[in-house]
Amino acid sequence: MSGDHHHPAPLTPVEERAAALEQLLVDKGIVTPEFIDQVVQAYAEDIGPMNGARVVARAWVDADYRERLLADGTAAIAELGYGGPEGDHIVVVENTPDVHNVVVCTLCSCYPWPVLGLPPTWYKSPPYRARMVREPRALLAEMGCPVPADTEIRVWDSSAEVRYLVLPERPAGTESATEDELAGLVTRDAMIGVARL
Amino acid sequence: MDGIHDLGGMQGFGPVEVEPDEPVFHAPWEGRTFALAGAALGAGGFNTPMFRHAIERMEPGHYLTSSYYEHWLTAVTTLLVEAGMVSAGELPPGYPLSLPVRVGPADVPDGPDLAPSAGGFAAGDRVRVRDVRFAGHTRCPAYVRGRNGTVVSVGPSAPVPELEAHGGKRVPERTYTVRFEATELWGDGADHAGAVVLVDLYDRYLEGR
Repeated sequence: MSGDHHHPAPLTPVEERAAALEQLLVDKGIVTPEFIDQVVQAYAEDIGPMNGARVVARAWVDADYRERLLADGTAAIAELGYGGPEGDHIVVVENTPDVHNVVVCTLCSCYPWPVLGLPPTWYKSPPYRARMVREPRALLAEMGCPVPADTEIRVWDSSAEVRYLVLPERPAGTESATEDELAGLVTRDAMIGVARL
Repeated sequence: MDGIHDLGGMQGFGPVEVEPDEPVFHAPWEGRTFALAGAALGAGGFNTPMFRHAIERMEPGHYLTSSYYEHWLTAVTTLLVEAGMVSAGELPPGYPLSLPVRVGPADVPDGPDLAPSAGGFAAGDRVRVRDVRFAGHTRCPAYVRGRNGTVVSVGPSAPVPELEAHGGKRVPERTYTVRFEATELWGDGADHAGAVVLVDLYDRYLEGR
């Protein structure tokens, strides 16, 4: 009805398919709407790059923690209370003046969910997955992250069980910052390796 | 399979489009699909390799032009229909499903061409990726097949993806992180100068050299 301002917009085809599948699975007792709500809320609000930022900030202020993090990422990350799906084998790779690390998944979209949440669309996109292993120096520059010519670029293709997290270099001039302030400086993109802080 | 998903090194793509301040989910259906896929995979006894393979056998044009969560929706629905848990008649007309790939457990290369190497490898070992072609699910990216690398570390053991995807058999095998010089993969070029690519590979994908 043209006068009915509360009439919802028609569903797009994919929305229609998703709604149909959800209704079928609810009818068959395979899933409940409450379960779906809980999962959506967890990943929309609680599981995200703020977790990884806390890990990075701790590594910057605590040399012993940094050592444990680089030796066994999964265990050191669990010390801060983070773990769960896609987090059974997290390896942390450290940026230095000589080495810049960047993470990709060419076959699908593997990503360390407990510390970074769900991946952004660009990470899952064909251009990123195709190009990062083939032209990393050019693509990093194109994405606003030029890497000095004498710095080795290590591209980690997460093709099996390990999920990678980049430990960025601590920015200069942050000597007096608190751990909380440092966590606020850490970005998702720096922990994937497509940005430097 | 040499499918559309195996994108590493493919040429001709344009810029990486970054959406500023991207939300975790762009619309409610994305989050709901993410959650219900997890529940449905558990209820149907579908493992991750089966799910990944169901995405990989999407029609290539559909794969490239649909979002990540549409991949999930298509794959999980395909598995449910193939298992008889949902009938095609219960779905909206024209619901696109992934295409069948006729691969069974007996087709998984398990002979000398793809047998676990004796004794495994250690950090520092020089290896070559076996040039195996398999029509089903694999986690060996095409761009490293036949290429020379060096083992940098021994990773976790995990079920062989081929055997898990086709028949559900869980056969644990060691994985390794293997380092490839970018020049070994792509020849000389400024776009990858001074770069290395590290790929996690199952024992059976590798041979010594």
